[in-house]
Amino acid sequence: MEKANVNKKPFRKVFGNLLVHVLLAVLAFIWVLPIAWIFITSFRGEKGNYITSFFPKSYTLDNYVKLFTDRSILNFPQMFLNTLIIAIFTCLISTFFVLSVAYCLSRLRFRLRRAYMNMAMILGLFPGFMSMVAVYYILKSIGLSEGPMIRVALVLVYSACSGLGFQIAKGFFDTIPKSIDEAAKIDGATQWVTFTKIIMPLSKPIVVYTILTSFIGPWVDFIFAKVLCRTNAQYYTVAIGLWSMLQKEYIQQWYNCFAAGAVVVSVPIAIIFLFLQRYYVDGMGGAVKG
Amino acid sequence: MAKSKKLKEYDPYSLGNAITKGDIWTKLSMVIMGAGLAAHKQVVKGIIVLAIEVAYIYFMVTAGVGAIGMLPSLGTMEQQKVWNEAKQIYEYTAGDNSLLILLYGIAAIFVTVAFIILWVLQMKQSYKCQVMLQNGHKVPGFGKDLKNLFDGNIHITLMSLPMLGILCFNILPLVFMISMAFTTYSKEGDHLVLFDWNGLENFGRVLNLNGNIGRQFWGVLAWTIIWAIFATALNYILGMVLGLIINRKDTKGKSFWRFCFVLSIAVPQFVSLLIMRTMLDRDGAVNAILMNLGWIHEPLPFLTNAMWARVTVIVINLWVGIPYTLLQVTGILQNIPADLYEAAKVDGANAWVIFWKITLPYMLFVTTPYLITSFTGNINNFNVIYLLTGGAPTYVGDTAGQTDILISWLYKLTIEQQYYNIGAVIGIFTFIILAIVALVTYRNTGSYKNEEAFM
Repeated sequence: MEKANVNKKPFRKVFGNLLVHVLLAVLAFIWVLPIAWIFITSFRGEKGNYITSFFPKSYTLDNYVKLFTDRSILNFPQMFLNTLIIAIFTCLISTFFVLSVAYCLSRLRFRLRRAYMNMAMILGLFPGFMSMVAVYYILKSIGLSEGPMIRVALVLVYSACSGLGFQIAKGFFDTIPKSIDEAAKIDGATQWVTFTKIIMPLSKPIVVYTILTSFIGPWVDFIFAKVLCRTNAQYYTVAIGLWSMLQKEYIQQWYNCFAAGAVVVSVPIAIIFLFLQRYYVDGMGGAVKG
Repeated sequence: MAKSKKLKEYDPYSLGNAITKGDIWTKLSMVIMGAGLAAHKQVVKGIIVLAIEVAYIYFMVTAGVGAIGMLPSLGTMEQQKVWNEAKQIYEYTAGDNSLLILLYGIAAIFVTVAFIILWVLQMKQSYKCQVMLQNGHKVPGFGKDLKNLFDGNIHITLMSLPMLGILCFNILPLVFMISMAFTTYSKEGDHLVLFDWNGLENFGRVLNLNGNIGRQFWGVLAWTIIWAIFATALNYILGMVLGLIINRKDTKGKSFWRFCFVLSIAVPQFVSLLIMRTMLDRDGAVNAILMNLGWIHEPLPFLTNAMWARVTVIVINLWVGIPYTLLQVTGILQNIPADLYEAAKVDGANAWVIFWKITLPYMLFVTTPYLITSFTGNINNFNVIYLLTGGAPTYVGDTAGQTDILISWLYKLTIEQQYYNIGAVIGIFTFIILAIVALVTYRNTGSYKNEEAFM
């Protein structure tokens, strides 16, 4: 009886362990499958989205070549350039806004500070694009809804309200000891100097985080770009471009190019994200621990 | 905008004091702004304030008064065709555009409110300078004020532009949109150019269960809540179980498994969702491969049958959401005191009991704010619904599909269908639901002080 028990325990343990690893492998397979699928499809030789086997019958690089050279119907290089320009400007403005606001709310005490944070919380509860129609008419009434100005409009839409997204940066600033500010003050540094010369260099991780997240924004947004660009195809961003490739009229010809485009856009973003993951967890974790 | 709480202590430089105890120059400031400032040795500031007053008066005379005056009627003149004898053609006279009238009216009100705040500030400042001079103190000059903008008042410098952005691109549009809920602005009855105020009629229509819109609203609302509860709870529990499995002592290659799951966050959501949609399509890869294998003979209606589509979006949302939970819980799971587990094991609890009695309560305690954000995030989860099903299937005559949640219905109503007034009402209801959820739960958790709004 006792002998059996001793033998049973390791067996159950090994069996359970095996089971867990098999389960994890199956789940991981499910999670990676769509990503692997799009990667494989981007090299697929046969056209269209009606596919009868997981692995392609022939491999080719044509999809990438077509994506970057066929400018006649869906001008992907142009879209890429548009998004890049918009992303750079959005990034500059947003980073400045987010860091300024987060710094003030974290390190300074002034009237309306609490009010500002409550306001941000309340505004955050409204559906993001509820006001989109209104934003469109505001942009129209100041003449930003036509022609090349659409790019300016998109930059404004992406960056103007970034002052509401201060939480993660504020959480980071909160962790820098206050004594540093006080020491700087005693040495005669103004607040401006403290901000730019002392706190910023100490906050490189969060500066990098803010720059990269605000840079990613325009690449992955689809709704605002669609509403603001309407039918002006020459100002499309990559997100709308990829979306259009899957519309009924294009899908047969463009499905594999969509896959190629998705890979082109996703790879840099994935790298940035995996790099940022640490800060992401830290920012969330810090706030949760309270 | 929220107002700051009134300070309890006595403010010697209040507006009341400025008006009653101010000298002739301070009193003159009530009409000619900046006069008091200029007289009390803040000349540059005084001139700037005066210039703003002139600009404001010019704006009001040329545009503002007209814009606000048109607000009650929202315009009455329709566009008209007039026969031009000289040119022998019909000419169109510009009619009123209610939308622009509403927008300009609201903008003018915003400008006026800002102006009144400035007026109060300059009155107070003028009185303050007067008192300082009377007491023989030195009034800070303009240069000092400028310098102060980079020191003691740096929050004004740093936050003005972000605040302006929020005001113009968030608050103003929101007020504009909310006011649309009280008008007839809609494709219905051809009110796209000229529309009127109609009070609470739209709210009545949306809430009325017997009307067409009302019936859809209650249906969508019910599905939204079911969706949000299922999506949040399943993501949370399954994500936590996955986290537990990966963090088990005996699991090999922890970071590899974590990487596999987190990879899906790294791919932009619209990309992965569009891929899913094409894969699950009637002629998509999943159906084609299953049929090829001979497992099924008819394509499975993943996104075309109402019930199937609802289950599909919840399942796919698991694919999207579980990695986020995993990312979130990994750190916290490692923090659960080990003696709790040991005590439970000594008492003979099995893994199931330990999960329900120890892990889950502990996690709930620590991650309530995350749970709330993910619940509100799911109510607002436009991407998953719109990119996967587009709300489909939709019954004939309805604007809302069977998988539409409030937010995607709102998008359809405004952007695609142009029922702006009903869309605005839906937006307000969405806000009310979120506000109730947030308020009730924030108040009941210790983390009320944490401003959690990452989504």
